[in-house]
Amino acid sequence: MKAVFAALACSTVLAGPALADKIFVSNEKGNSVTVLDAATLEVIHTIQGMQRPRGITASPDGKHIYVCASDDDLVRVYDSATYEELPSLPSGPDPELFVLHPSGNPLYIANEDDNIVTVVDVVTRQVLAEVPVGVEPEGMGVSPDGKIVVNTSETTNMAHMIDTSTYEIVANVLVDSRPRFAEYTPDGHLLFVTAEIGGTVSVIDTATNEITKKLTFEVAGILPEALQPVGLRVTADGAKAYVALGPANRVAVIDVANLEITDYLLVGQRVWQLGFSPDGKFLYTTNGNSNDISVIDTATDEVTVSVPVGEQPWGVVAVATP
Amino acid sequence: MSKLNGAICGLGLLALGLPALAESVEYRVAVIRVDAPGPMPISRLDLPPDDLGLAGADLGTADNATTGSFLGQSFVTETVVATPETVEAELQRLLDAGITYVVTLADAETTVRLADIAGDRALVFNALATDDALRGADCRANLLHVAPSDAMMTDALAQYLAWKRWDEVVLIAGSHPEDQALAAAYRHSAEKFGLRIVEERVYEDTGGARRTDSGHVQVQKQMPVFTQGLPAHDVVIAADRAGVFADWLPYHTWDARPVAGSAGLVPESWNPAQEAWGGTQFQTRFEKSAHRPARPEDFQAWMALRVIGEAATRTKGGDYGVMHDFILSDKFDLAAFKGQKLTFRDWDGQLRQPILLVAGNVVASVSPQDEYLHQVSQLDTLGTDRPETECKK
Repeated sequence: MKAVFAALACSTVLAGPALADKIFVSNEKGNSVTVLDAATLEVIHTIQGMQRPRGITASPDGKHIYVCASDDDLVRVYDSATYEELPSLPSGPDPELFVLHPSGNPLYIANEDDNIVTVVDVVTRQVLAEVPVGVEPEGMGVSPDGKIVVNTSETTNMAHMIDTSTYEIVANVLVDSRPRFAEYTPDGHLLFVTAEIGGTVSVIDTATNEITKKLTFEVAGILPEALQPVGLRVTADGAKAYVALGPANRVAVIDVANLEITDYLLVGQRVWQLGFSPDGKFLYTTNGNSNDISVIDTATDEVTVSVPVGEQPWGVVAVATP
Repeated sequence: MSKLNGAICGLGLLALGLPALAESVEYRVAVIRVDAPGPMPISRLDLPPDDLGLAGADLGTADNATTGSFLGQSFVTETVVATPETVEAELQRLLDAGITYVVTLADAETTVRLADIAGDRALVFNALATDDALRGADCRANLLHVAPSDAMMTDALAQYLAWKRWDEVVLIAGSHPEDQALAAAYRHSAEKFGLRIVEERVYEDTGGARRTDSGHVQVQKQMPVFTQGLPAHDVVIAADRAGVFADWLPYHTWDARPVAGSAGLVPESWNPAQEAWGGTQFQTRFEKSAHRPARPEDFQAWMALRVIGEAATRTKGGDYGVMHDFILSDKFDLAAFKGQKLTFRDWDGQLRQPILLVAGNVVASVSPQDEYLHQVSQLDTLGTDRPETECKK
């Protein structure tokens, strides 16, 4: 994600005001993707014609939006400027989350029904490999240098480190129950893995593949079992990480240098996934049970506004488009 | 009948990339189902499949084996179908063969008998019997309950009815002892959550065939008459564990009132309609392997196997003593598609778990309801809490 951000930031500088930022939100129950103008937060388009869209990401140049259409058993691809649907990618059954190689190709997809990670070339639309992993693969992360792709398996409770050149698993790290999401720091030194049922975020030293710290959460008045870490994003400068806490309706802010939680931000209900604006000034959260997204100002960590989207928003990605 | 399930890491090659593994540990589990003769269910849709419960255990073994392949652990499950007469000898044979984890799908009386035979040689997981007495006066130190108790399920329904403000209840219980035990649980739940039982009736089981060629004709006349002349009420609760009459109550009551309990809105540990919290993944995995929808017995057997697998993972291949202590410690938790971690109550060995309230083809609600809070775990609003337990193990 960080590499994507960097590429977008560059193009923003080059192209100047001709670019507009757009936010794309997948609506799991709404079977649609809501498109918002990032400047006005107005809904400018709704893309229809997909079943159970969940994971959503963008090509490094921001031109293509990839959506895991879970009940279509494929990855749908859209032009971010025209919203035209482009040829789909094979995904294997029930794709939920995926991650793009920092170069923009290939795409690594978690197939939660089949205990495999599918690797797909986004240009030739060919399946390059199927890597067997643990039971119910879910979260996908890629190291900033693109050498390791990490998958979390929800019932096996592990992070599987896969070598992107050989498709071999090179390490397995046992984390807490139901790991959902994996994200590297921009320097690649740390890997964060969220555990929804375990209620923790494991911080893994990528040099040793050892867990150096487990972050736990506490919010006055919230039942401990409702503190369920799901989506996680790290700022481009690597200083802060944000964790969505699901039914606790909060996003926790982590000071990455000290690995401490510094704040809890109240957002919408069942906050699920997170995505930064291309310039990193804002963080968008999908709130599955209140059918909206919250906007967090990352300079002040204030929740500034919430905006209605489709039914049960799941994932979010923001891009700069012509 | 005995079957060895060789779900020993078909994914063994996955371990190749790992740093040097410790020597392989094998976990051997027995799953014993005790089939006793009983009446047939009212609906043919409810006829038990041959592999009831055992199919869930098979999936749990396969899930454990996949995880174990990364850790140098293998899992072998022997499944046994016995009768109340043959089961003791079967268990003795399994214990003599060194099996230390036994999952039972049996009635309460047989379950406690098996737990006593196992003694300190094996940990027994009750995956079927819901009787409260098994968690109370008849509890055993080596007996854990992955099946929810009657009290948990009647509390789950009572919370929902109280939330709905349907607080005037008619309780219709069957005439069998197990129906009366279930009715007692409903009475206790009604008092706990402020429902008022305005009248109770007993439906006598007079025997007879489950199905006849005339089908509904007599029932359509009998049920309205049976429910005639009740005081004003919001809902009818049926306590019919024997499965004799409850399925005939909806749409046949004298007054137009909804039915809950053993028919209508039914509390269950699992249902093939359950899709929340990743439940779809369990359903599709189960259906792919068993070629039928999962029933509560299957889910409960799966949970029992997963408790063993999870303990094996977390203790990094621990032996019986280590596993036993870990499962009963506050460090243990299980993820089982119920939206939160499941843990064992240390006072009676019961697995805490949310209860589904199923209406026809959908999960209508899940208890505990949000409004019922608890100082330790919201899940302890369901069933027998620490101060009330009669278990002295």
